[in-house]
Amino acid sequence: MLPFLENSRPKELLIRVLFITVGVFCLTSLVLLVAGAPPWPAFYHLFVGALGSWSKLAQVLMVWIPLTLCACGLLYSFRIGLWNIGVEGQVVAGAIASTAVLRFGVESGSPSLMIVMAFAGGMLGGSVWAILAGFLKTKGGVNEIFGGLGLNFVAQGITLWLIFGPWKRPGVGSMSGTEVFPEPLWLPTFLSARLSPAGLVLTVLALVVAAWVLNRTRLGLALKGIGSNPKAAYLHGLNPSTYFILAMGLAGGCAGLAGAFQVTGVYHRLIPVISSNYGYLALLVVMLANYRVWGSPWIAFFFACLNVGSIQLPIVLKLDSSLSGIIQGALVLTTLLVYGVRK
Amino acid sequence: MTDLDLTVLLASIVAGAAPIVLAVLGETISEKGGVINLSLDGSILLSAMVAFAIAFQSDNLFLGFAGGALVGAMMAALVGFFSVFLGQSQVAVGFVLTLTARDLAYFLGNPYARLYGPQAGVNPIPWLQDVPVLGPIFLHQSVPAYLSLLLIPFAWWYLYKTPMGLRLRAIGEHPEAAYARGTNTRAIQFWYTVVGGLLVGLAGATFSLCTKTGWGRPQGAEGTGWIALAIVIFGGWHPVKAALGAYLFAFLQIMGIHFQGWWPSVPAQVFQVAPFPLMIFTLIVMYLAQKGSTRTSSRGSPWLRGAVRILSGSAPAGLGRSFKPE
Repeated sequence: MLPFLENSRPKELLIRVLFITVGVFCLTSLVLLVAGAPPWPAFYHLFVGALGSWSKLAQVLMVWIPLTLCACGLLYSFRIGLWNIGVEGQVVAGAIASTAVLRFGVESGSPSLMIVMAFAGGMLGGSVWAILAGFLKTKGGVNEIFGGLGLNFVAQGITLWLIFGPWKRPGVGSMSGTEVFPEPLWLPTFLSARLSPAGLVLTVLALVVAAWVLNRTRLGLALKGIGSNPKAAYLHGLNPSTYFILAMGLAGGCAGLAGAFQVTGVYHRLIPVISSNYGYLALLVVMLANYRVWGSPWIAFFFACLNVGSIQLPIVLKLDSSLSGIIQGALVLTTLLVYGVRK
Repeated sequence: MTDLDLTVLLASIVAGAAPIVLAVLGETISEKGGVINLSLDGSILLSAMVAFAIAFQSDNLFLGFAGGALVGAMMAALVGFFSVFLGQSQVAVGFVLTLTARDLAYFLGNPYARLYGPQAGVNPIPWLQDVPVLGPIFLHQSVPAYLSLLLIPFAWWYLYKTPMGLRLRAIGEHPEAAYARGTNTRAIQFWYTVVGGLLVGLAGATFSLCTKTGWGRPQGAEGTGWIALAIVIFGGWHPVKAALGAYLFAFLQIMGIHFQGWWPSVPAQVFQVAPFPLMIFTLIVMYLAQKGSTRTSSRGSPWLRGAVRILSGSAPAGLGRSFKPE
């Protein structure tokens, strides 16, 4: 759970949670006042915009799915001590790979098989992109932060090239993306609400697998050992380079699933901003969850609420929707402050 | 489009690289003291927005630049406070700040988007601008470009030729030893991080008031902060080499625009990302240049040996580590 929730008495804990909540409220209100907007209506519309109706809740869960999948991936890479900033590009690579599968499968007779293949393709695409960053670190001496960032921009460039080049819509390519897939190739949704049960099951499954691998297996122990002391782990006969690649592959696989979900379940095509920044956001989620498995889905849910709630801010209050990002950042900063002061 | 006037090209490189040089020098200074300021990308955007907003409201360019510098310094102060005094991970704090500052810039800058504001134009140096070749390249520039040119030798002199620079490098290499010699390591790390942030803020202001004028979403400076961080490594933590890296990057960006003229079918965005893989490639070359086996095998050829020597450089040994004096 949250870092400050550990090893503390209930009273201390209450004080910390209170401090963080008040801190985030004050910081956000300050920003809103600077922008000349009344804080209360903004908070109200954020809340109603996220949880005001069942269809809003469904929308929140549709954001929660890719965000949690990315967070699952990051749990592996953080456990071994890698800062996988390349997660954003891994989502994009997964989306590209699953679009490629679906384009190939438009003619096929079995759409449900093609959707499964699209997810497998996405997983593979994300893994390849992550392993590339891993090899850049182990063989090329490029820090994973810079290798990952560079690959993020490359993945973005490839997406744009595909949308405007080989995969462009009949006629002329545009920023609205590739042509929409026929409906049988969409991930099935629950009744009229745009919520995919398959996506939810997949995400919960990814969480359970992450928890099992990281806490119950030899592999998880090896990742933890290398993460806390690579030299000691090496003397124990573990080769950090091999495990770096393995952890990156697992992380990229999860991020690739998120990309495949964005293509099959949300946009039904490839668009320039297919990753919706969920990779970067997932880094904050996992940091706030103190790199633990079971804290992540709750924080991801809260972050998804903020994201969905802020969508209507420009219409209702004429405010930019980036308010959600400010609240999320303020939350992580305040938590770091409280935790740092305690240390 | 195809024939390039060399003088014009060089002058536009000096102008286009000005903000990157400022950011790279700022980051080099704080990393020399052992603090990575990863908030660069967001800091640049936020200071660009604030600088534009202030200059727009007051119609005063100087106030705009001052405001931008102040924002950069404040962001760096946050990084310094969290990492040096609270002992939190520099990467974590910097990353959160970079995302938050970007969102803050978009949120608060919304009313200033797509407005026409004051711009820092070209201020040629009287008489000297007529010097052939050098004049048009170096002396027919804007004030921030002059500042960037002057700061390169100054940063080198300060870091390598003064007692203050020596003390800063000592802290970056071995904070424990510097502390044992009676240096107040925390205060010095903090204040040099702030000074570095000041330059980053100036870089942001230079974007919105001089090279990519105006504010918008996107502004056009997105991603430069990350590039600047990579250039610091590329320059081997040496201010002059890092500045040369910034000029190389500006050259690549300008060439990207020309390549686009040659292949109009390829979308512009593809050329915009081209410098990033090149940067990764140079980082690999640098790593190989530092490996012992490459050094021995290059001994035979003076060309290779020279290239290896130029490309090598090592990080301050205490970089990224928070040191807590007992």
